[in-house]
Amino acid sequence: MTRMLVLCAALLACLLAPLSAMAVEPDEVLDDPVLEQRARDLSQGLRCLVCRNESIDESNADLARDLRLLVRERLVAGDSNDEAIEFIVDRYGEYVLLKPTVTGANWLLWAAGPIMLLIAAGVGMLYLRGRSQAAPTPEEKLSDSEQARLKEILDD
Amino acid sequence: MSMITELGHFALILAFMVAVVQMIVPMVGAQKRWSGWMAVAEPAANAQFLLTAFSFAALTWAFVTSDFSLRLVVLNSHSAKPMLYKISGTWGNHEGSMLLWVLIVTLFGAMAAWFGGNLPPGLRARVLSVQSAIAVAFFAFILFTSNPFLRMAVPPFDGQDLNPLLQDPGLAFHPPFLYLGYVGLSMSFSFAVAALIEGRVDAAWGRWVRPWTLAAWVFLTIGIALGSWWAYYELGWGGFWFWDPVENASFMPWLLAAALLHSAIVVEKREALKSWTILLAILAFGFSLIGTFIVRSGLLTSVHAFANDPERGVFILIILAFFTGGALTLFAARAQEMEAKGVFGIVSRESALVVNNILLAVSCFVVFFGTMWPIVAEMFFDRKLSVGPPFFNAAFTPFMVLLGLALPIGSMLPWKRGRLGRTAWSLRYAFVLSVSLALLVWAMQTGQSTLGPAGLFLGAWVVSGAVMDLWSRTGRKGRLARLARLPRADWGKAVAHAGLGITIFAVAGLTAWEKEDIRVVQFNEPFEVGGYTLTLEMVERVPGPNYISTMGFVRLEDDGREIALLRPEKRDYPVARMPTTEAAIDYRLMRDVYVVIGDQQNNGGWTVRTYIKPFANWIWGGCILMALGGFISLSDRRFRVAAGARKAPQGGVPAE
Repeated sequence: MTRMLVLCAALLACLLAPLSAMAVEPDEVLDDPVLEQRARDLSQGLRCLVCRNESIDESNADLARDLRLLVRERLVAGDSNDEAIEFIVDRYGEYVLLKPTVTGANWLLWAAGPIMLLIAAGVGMLYLRGRSQAAPTPEEKLSDSEQARLKEILDD
Repeated sequence: MSMITELGHFALILAFMVAVVQMIVPMVGAQKRWSGWMAVAEPAANAQFLLTAFSFAALTWAFVTSDFSLRLVVLNSHSAKPMLYKISGTWGNHEGSMLLWVLIVTLFGAMAAWFGGNLPPGLRARVLSVQSAIAVAFFAFILFTSNPFLRMAVPPFDGQDLNPLLQDPGLAFHPPFLYLGYVGLSMSFSFAVAALIEGRVDAAWGRWVRPWTLAAWVFLTIGIALGSWWAYYELGWGGFWFWDPVENASFMPWLLAAALLHSAIVVEKREALKSWTILLAILAFGFSLIGTFIVRSGLLTSVHAFANDPERGVFILIILAFFTGGALTLFAARAQEMEAKGVFGIVSRESALVVNNILLAVSCFVVFFGTMWPIVAEMFFDRKLSVGPPFFNAAFTPFMVLLGLALPIGSMLPWKRGRLGRTAWSLRYAFVLSVSLALLVWAMQTGQSTLGPAGLFLGAWVVSGAVMDLWSRTGRKGRLARLARLPRADWGKAVAHAGLGITIFAVAGLTAWEKEDIRVVQFNEPFEVGGYTLTLEMVERVPGPNYISTMGFVRLEDDGREIALLRPEKRDYPVARMPTTEAAIDYRLMRDVYVVIGDQQNNGGWTVRTYIKPFANWIWGGCILMALGGFISLSDRRFRVAAGARKAPQGGVPAE
């Protein structure tokens, strides 16, 4: 409950925070372009914890900036991408990951699409086979009034 | 002045009562075959619409005249706000937008009464009754939880202004289009439920339901495109799609509406896929309601802050449960009676449309699952996690790739029975062209990801497939003359498909070839980004109507020739106490140059972000083509006949 309250407060703070500072600032950018690109790629997969559904790469909240600097710090210190992410997840929990890991119940999330596609393809195939083997139903005769109406429409 | 608002409030209550009558009387009449009772539906639908329109006009009037005795106007308007945003402020808030929503429900009901001339009387009465039931639910929602006509005890001197982010032309018209789309699907829903009650679905039903679905889909397309375009130029980094819950809420009905308008073709032409089409119609509107629920309840945190009120959320959840639950129950009881008639081979247009439906429906399911997963994971697995763009990009994109690959072949397969080889062979030029283009670009871009060339292949394949589709219908002689005489539905189909291809290509191209530059810039010190030279000439403070702007003047040069003077802004809205960024964009056919100005640094320089966005315009260009294709198709003679427009005979029929 307290966690929830803290989160709400943080969210409110983010709403009211000025939007003037925009995302990655020039002073954050690393000199090594390869390292910087890695930092950008990682940032896009990390959530700004106090924002509504933004990555730290897009967000202008102070906390997002702190996280961006932290990512860069870890990369400069020689961490691999995975190590840097692990470091951050250890501190902030998996809530920070915009791309959920394939662990535990999450496999359901990742497998949902493929499984559903298989089921749908199976059902669709059964239906199509049924349709291709069904005996054609004889055309229903239209009633006289329907015939008249049809003629009226076609003559329109 | 204040009299008008009272009348508006009164009209709303009256409309609610009319809706209750229209919900009950025609339905009873249809069950008992009492034509007098059924006939109540039409005048009631008209009265309901006129009353709601008056009520909405009264609210708009309160906004236009800044009537600060209304609570809603105080909270969302300001006397210094430009007129356009005073008007759009009417629906730039929860209460007003719900009034617009219900206004559109009644508008569609009235349109069904106007154009439903040749519907069988029983079906028409039931459709109008179901449509009115939806209106009743939302009238009650507005009157009991979200009344826009509440008064202030002590009217303040001025208002608190509309959220500055919403003070934008793109966003002013985004909600009305979106609602036309959401609510348009209520028509398909009403037709589906009416058909279930009657226990009869035939080709005629397919023909009646399709224009409504098509119209809803077109409006959704426009609404989503406007929202995405707004995000592109307003949020300051040129993102156009964020997989935000609220975006997903509009995207899911779009996907299902696309599936529905394709499956309704099979019902219309071949009397097959009936129960599936009914199910889709129910689900598509169900997802519209889910979208409303997500936006209004604050269940999912989102960049689109709207009314986050649990009580309202529960009310909408009840509406959602009642309509989708009720319709699905009815479906379970009655679906068996819908016997399919058409017989067709495994390789046929019918099968291709089944593939289309599978891909669209499953991709919608993926979006839904991903959107809801954080809640499921927290409730059942005690894990607090996020599902963001990286997941959706990975899980959703494959379905669109499959759809794009299959589309040209599927759309050219003959009805009943086809041969895959023959259809594929007729597309050989399209295939060779697409592969060559992709290879050419792959060779030119050396060392970048394959996303760009792959997107180009897929886009070119879909577009050239659409062209071949049209061309193949012209026979051998006098092709151009025949092309002009093709039914508009054929043109609409080709244009809409080509639009999809263009959007697919543009999304891939923009993502793959975008360039970004972030730096601190001193005055009159040129810098280069992606072959262009930019110079910050000065920064000025400029007052606007209800904001103060910090405006940069950036000269954009290509090969030493000035091509644009860009004016990126930061705006401060003192009343709402909220700053916004206004990117300056040099729009060109092949790329946009997108410049954003940031803060002044200690050394006197300014932070400037520059993005080169290739093919950005093509994303929305493709959407416009999709919508245009829908409109062209809507104007086809079949629908005009189906809509009951009776014209005097126009002389003889020209010989073919």
